[in-house]
This record gives sequence, C-alpha cells and structure tokens, in this order.
Amino acid sequence: MAILVIAEHNNVVLGTATLNTVAAARAIGGDIHVLVAGAGCGAVGEAAAKIEGVSKVLVADDAAYAHQLPENVAPLVAEQAKSYSHVLAPATTNGKNYLPRVAALLDVDQISEIIAVESPDTFKRPIYAGNAIATVQSSAPIKVITVRTTGFDAVNATGGSAAVEAIGGAGDAGKSAFVGEELATSDRPELTAAKIVVSGGRGMQNGENFKYLYSLADKLGAAVGASRAAVDAGFVPNDMQVGQTGKIVAPQLYIAVGISGAIQHLAGMKDSKVIVAINKDEEAPIFQVADYGLVGDLFEVVPELERLI
Amino acid sequence: MKVLVAVKRVVDYNVKVRVKADNSGVDLANVKMSMNPFCEIAVEEAVRLKEKGVASEIVVVSIGPTAAQEQLRTALALGADRAVLVESADELNSLAVAKLLKAVVDKEQPQLIILGKQAIDSDNNQTGQMLGALTGYAQGTFASKVEVSGDKVSVTREIDGGLQTVALNLPAIVTTDLRLNEPRYASLPNIMKAKKKPLEVLTPDALGVATSSTLKTLKVEAPAARSAGIKVKSVAELVEKLKNEAKVI
Repeated sequence: MAILVIAEHNNVVLGTATLNTVAAARAIGGDIHVLVAGAGCGAVGEAAAKIEGVSKVLVADDAAYAHQLPENVAPLVAEQAKSYSHVLAPATTNGKNYLPRVAALLDVDQISEIIAVESPDTFKRPIYAGNAIATVQSSAPIKVITVRTTGFDAVNATGGSAAVEAIGGAGDAGKSAFVGEELATSDRPELTAAKIVVSGGRGMQNGENFKYLYSLADKLGAAVGASRAAVDAGFVPNDMQVGQTGKIVAPQLYIAVGISGAIQHLAGMKDSKVIVAINKDEEAPIFQVADYGLVGDLFEVVPELERLI
Repeated sequence: MKVLVAVKRVVDYNVKVRVKADNSGVDLANVKMSMNPFCEIAVEEAVRLKEKGVASEIVVVSIGPTAAQEQLRTALALGADRAVLVESADELNSLAVAKLLKAVVDKEQPQLIILGKQAIDSDNNQTGQMLGALTGYAQGTFASKVEVSGDKVSVTREIDGGLQTVALNLPAIVTTDLRLNEPRYASLPNIMKAKKKPLEVLTPDALGVATSSTLKTLKVEAPAARSAGIKVKSVAELVEKLKNEAKVI
C-alpha cells in the first residue's frame, strides 16, 4: 500500500501544508510518495525529497502546471493515482479545487477535510460548520482525501532523502487559462501556520483601527485575522477571514477582538489551544468558548495589552 | 445562453444543530430548512446575468426530497424560469449528485452552470469540481467575480493568498464564494407568480444514474466541548494568566 501526497507550493517554495498532509499519510501508514506538479519547480521537488518519511518524489515540470489549473492538474494526478491506495492533498483552496475533480475522474467518492485517521479506511471529519464530527468509512479502491492541516502536527521538513523522479503528463487540456493574480503582501506569519492569531471583527469600526491589532500582533509575532463582518464591511481583505467559509486556524493563542462569535466564525477557530475574547458586550457568544474573557472597550484594552506584554 | 443553477435544501444556517443521542446523525426533525446560502448567491448571479441580457433562460435544479420543491419555488420567485427536481429520498454523496447533474446537463445543454462552493451541512466542497470532471468542462471555483464575453467566461477566484483570475472556455462551471454578490429577497407578487412556473420532477432511475456510494457514516458525535473559561477583571490579570497559567506568551 502506497500513499500519494500532492504538494502545495508556488513553484518556488514548498508550502507548509504539505508537511501536515504527510503527517496524515503517516497516520494511515505505508510508503509515502509526493507529487510536485508545477513549472520550474525543481527546488520544490528537492525540498519535498527532504521531508521526513517520504520515500519518493515525482516531479511533473511543465508550463501547463504552472498555476495548477484543475483542468490540467487533475488528469495528471488521476493517472498517477491508479497505482496508489490513497491520494491526499491539503485542504487549501488549491487542494479543494483540483482534488474532487481527480476523485470524479477515478469514479470514487472524496472525503473532505479529515481531522483524524482511525484506520486506513476510516476517518473523522467535521460537518455542519464543526458542530458535529462524522466518522466515515470508505470502501473505494482508491481513497481520495483532503486533509485539514490544523488536524495534524507537521512532520519535520528535513531528515528525509527521497529519490526524485521526473514524470510527464498530458499537459494543457486547452480549456482554461491563467490571467493574473493579486496577492496580499504581509510580513507577518501566515494565518494558518501562526502560533498566535489576533483577529478583529465588526467592533473594530473601520479598517484604520486595525492598526491597533497589527501593532499588538507585531509585538506577539502573531498573524492578524478577521471575522466575515469585518471583511464584508471592507475593513480588511478577504484572505484574512477566519471561519467556515474562510480559513481554519488552530493556534496556541487566539485573541478575538470585537468579534461576537457567530457559529460560522467559531467553525474556523474553536480548536485553538487558548482563546481570549475582548468584547464590550458581556452576552456575546464568544465568551462561551473563551478561556479568558475581558469585558471592556477594545480601544482601551488593546493598547494596554500591548504595553503590558 | 442558457444557465443551469443547482440548489440544495439544507438546515437553515442560523440553526444550532444537535447530534442525535444514538450518534446516527444530526437531528433534523422540526428544524427550519432553507436554501443553502452559497446556492442563493448562485441563483442571484444567474438572475443578474439575465438582467444584463447575457443569459436568456435560467433553469434551476435540485436533487433531494420532495420538500426541496420549496427551495426550487424560492429560486423561481427570485427569477429562475423553470425548475427540475431529481427526487431522491436517500441522502446522496457529492459524486452521485454530480452524476445526476451531469445527466441534467446532457438533457438541458446549458452554456454556464453555477453552483455554490459548498453546502453548509456536509461542508464537502466537491460537487462543482466533480461535475467539471464528468462533463469535461472547465471550472471556476470560489468565484467572487464572473464576466461572460463571447465564448469565454472570466472568473476571479478567492484563493488562500488573495485573488486569481482565470479565463474559461464555455460551456463552463462556476462555484460561488460569499462575496460574489448580495442575494435579493423574493417579493410577494413574485412568490405568487413562481407558483405557476413549470417544475418538472425526475428520478435517478429515469435519468439512468446509479447513486450507490462507497462511503458509510459510522457515527456522528458532538465535538469535544471546551471547558468553561473565566472572565478576568483587568488587562493586567489577563496578561498574568496568559504568561503564568496558560503559558502561551
């Protein structure tokens, strides 16, 4: 039994989500191979070969895979998948985009966002915005799975010495084309990988006021997140959204500032180790999940917090 | 061009669901049901395309129980022209739904198919992509902007680091993200008119689609509850707790 893990990367750097996905593969057990599909992605292939527990790396280097368009990548993955018992990808927007297409090409069901491995065919996954945990068993010949990265501790990025093999694929399917992208730039840690996350909600009142959170975050070495209300109000860009429809985070410390704590937001952060809520409404639902709650005006509390840390 | 929109009947997003005592599933008896929020956005986008003169006809399809007719009527009240219900009492997995939708696509031959990015009950985020594989069409998932021009559709997608724009050949599949649009409400006269619009009922058998699944849900449990926290009186107390008790800073 061998497992194929599809690497998350940007053609230059291997994404850390890959390390969590390899951890899920190790929990299943078996030989682990990593597939890197991209263009000019040799360095990513070399990085993948160093991951602890990986025995082989397949590199498909072709202009058609540069932006991992699912029309091009899915046939490549599906073709490779035929010699594996499991195909795993991280539940990033990328993994969610191409992997169901792979599953349908293989005519098997997909299991989305697993958070635990019970056995090689049985997995746990959250449903209903994390309000229930389902244990599902698959009898499919190839198990196609996306992995919620916060459910598995990353394996070491070094220590392995896998063989790297170049492979080819069908290339460009001619159905889609990459036009452009607008990436938000930030010097702070990546939201889904940060040890500490400071998030703001509607209570921040405007985008300008997020400077209080950035300042606190810089002192803590934290990433800054937001609730959907803050994103919809245009305070911050949408890639900062934490929740069922945004990013799922599970940091050591999550500080929710001016966030009421709607079900959809909790779905994205309630697995954090310690939750702190700062809100002037003492009835806010966020206090029901917070380990430490402070009722007060965030514009006084946040600067004082920064000063005292 | 013809636009096909898929909608799902799900538990209303405001309902706090409860797990059944026997761990067989979530208790849906006497719980308010609604159209999945992402599907509302899909219907709205189709209606806007029609208002711009891009779409000529909107067909809305649902796969589910007889009661899903309510959600189809809602979509008709919002501006869809006719509805198709593929009636199935069983709860179907995404692949089976995608296969049924493929059969409807073959029958209707739409140029654009719009779905929500995920249903808020199963949280799978699979059906649109699977339909892409089965039809061979291109897919524009997690769309926050959709522009049709000629035989192509330009889709701006929400990705982890920001936004990405792709150009897809038509026919194509689009799945909606939250920021694509703000869905409208159905007006009372439109709700009355929607009752007269055509609604065709089909079955998986009639479409010749097998809906068996390789997945079995063994049990459904409530998530581990967080132990109750405490309220601190001051910022100084909070910092002290975080440093000495929780040891996270």
